[in-house]
Amino acid sequence: MTDEPLLRVSALSKFYGSRIGCENVTFDLWPGEVLAVVGESGSGKTTLLNCLSTRLLPSSGTASYRMRDGQFRELYRMSEAERRFLMRTDWGFVHQNPADGLRMTVSAGANVGERLMAVGDRHYGKIRATAVDWLSRVEIDEDRIDDEPRAFSGGMRQRLQIARNLVTRPRLVFMDEPTGGLDVSVQARLLDLLRGLVTDLGLAAIVVTHDLAVARLLSQRMMVMKDGRVVESGLTDRVLDDPRAPYTQLLVSSILQV
Amino acid sequence: MTARPADIATYNFAYLDEQTKRMIRRAILKGIAIPGYQVPFASREMPMPYGWGTGGVQVTASIIGPEDVLKVIDQGADDTTNAVSIRAFFKKVANVAVTTETAKATIIQTRHRIPEHPLTAGQVLVYQVPIPEPLRFLEPRETETRKMHALEEYGLMHVKLYEDIARHGRIATTYAYPVKVEGRYVMDPSPTPKFDNPKMHRSPALQLFGAGREKRIYALPPFTDVVSLDFEDHPFEVQTFDQPCALCAAENVYLDEVILDDHGGHMFVCSDTDHCEKRREQGHRGHLAPETPPALEKTEPAQ
Repeated sequence: MTDEPLLRVSALSKFYGSRIGCENVTFDLWPGEVLAVVGESGSGKTTLLNCLSTRLLPSSGTASYRMRDGQFRELYRMSEAERRFLMRTDWGFVHQNPADGLRMTVSAGANVGERLMAVGDRHYGKIRATAVDWLSRVEIDEDRIDDEPRAFSGGMRQRLQIARNLVTRPRLVFMDEPTGGLDVSVQARLLDLLRGLVTDLGLAAIVVTHDLAVARLLSQRMMVMKDGRVVESGLTDRVLDDPRAPYTQLLVSSILQV
Repeated sequence: MTARPADIATYNFAYLDEQTKRMIRRAILKGIAIPGYQVPFASREMPMPYGWGTGGVQVTASIIGPEDVLKVIDQGADDTTNAVSIRAFFKKVANVAVTTETAKATIIQTRHRIPEHPLTAGQVLVYQVPIPEPLRFLEPRETETRKMHALEEYGLMHVKLYEDIARHGRIATTYAYPVKVEGRYVMDPSPTPKFDNPKMHRSPALQLFGAGREKRIYALPPFTDVVSLDFEDHPFEVQTFDQPCALCAAENVYLDEVILDDHGGHMFVCSDTDHCEKRREQGHRGHLAPETPPALEKTEPAQ
């Protein structure tokens, strides 16, 4: 392993006019590490995620990413072409609503194969074989490969979205509420799958969630956000078992006990 | 001012005003400078509905001169409504010579075919284009497709071909088959059958594309590389026909199916009527050819 972080974020802020999206966020993300960003809705989690994934430009602050050649590149100084290339090769983005991340009118196989074709793969047989392999890894039957995602259940769509993102073997995946809107048994299987894939592939991930159970299961480290600022960060188990900031204490004690 | 009362309204030469022609010529020049790039232009209202070739007519009107000889084809034929009307239009508003012979024409306006007779240097082929954006049915946002062209992100085009193979076992796209121009821009060759795609490659003629409703002009300068997209294990192929033309017995040409009666009778004939007539004049006979070929008027000089 390397002793350098994958992503360095320093004093990142995003303002919407006079309102705060997120303010002064600083952290390092290491290869193979899963970082959870938790907080109530409106706390700036998604703004932070969109800034990091360059879907939004921040008002101030920097983020640099260690490319595959080992060089750090300042994300907001890259050209749009470079950023988009990064987005479809070295990065993945899993949306809360799979319809945002999938092409709903083309088959599952083409959804998985799109990134391969985008980076220049021009052999149908190989693309299809890779698609079959990835569908099986996310527990979708091979005979569904030519079906459109419209014919899939919510859980299957989400798994397909994950396969589509992981097919180019990214090193960093952004996830926005990956289990939102799914019922608990489907959630549990999806989390299980995600945890397996993250460990197998050595992925680094930034997971935005309001569900502390998701954070506990997936992440090693977490940041708690409130009103656009990070109020507490640390190892997930430490933060959840021994919350220090008053807001984190409130958040942890708000979990419904069944 | 003192127009004779019998005259119809007098138009500027070739219908469009000179400022409009200048604007369109600028777009054409830009299109030629960047082969395959769609240049926006201020498309005008023409005295015909959208979808009938308003883009092609504007391009032709902007480049035609009194010495030009015009040929207009519609699906390869010189004698269908669209072709006859546009030819009559230019005969009236530009008073140019018109012809049905490919070799004699200096400008050929076409709807969805490239003539079988090889084009030569100095000829201009003007295409009528309904939807110039090859990515349109995959990505509906114009802002996004322009960005994709700018950044050369063409993975999506292969997604379409992938879907074809997944559904039909082969690339089932038979017309408007996407091409890559000079290794850079992906271009829609207008809805010509893919049979004609190889003719675009390094053609000595200048090829201009006008889309009136979509307000886009693009171009292929002579001798431009035009490569049809495909997969390594599913290479590009043109249509083949298992029988020759029923009238002139031509092989390796694009054929149309013509229905003969209500009992399933049909025949396959050349889509290019000029090519078919030429061959029949030379004595080639298909199995359904009439005894004596009809004598057709070929060229009408300017009056």
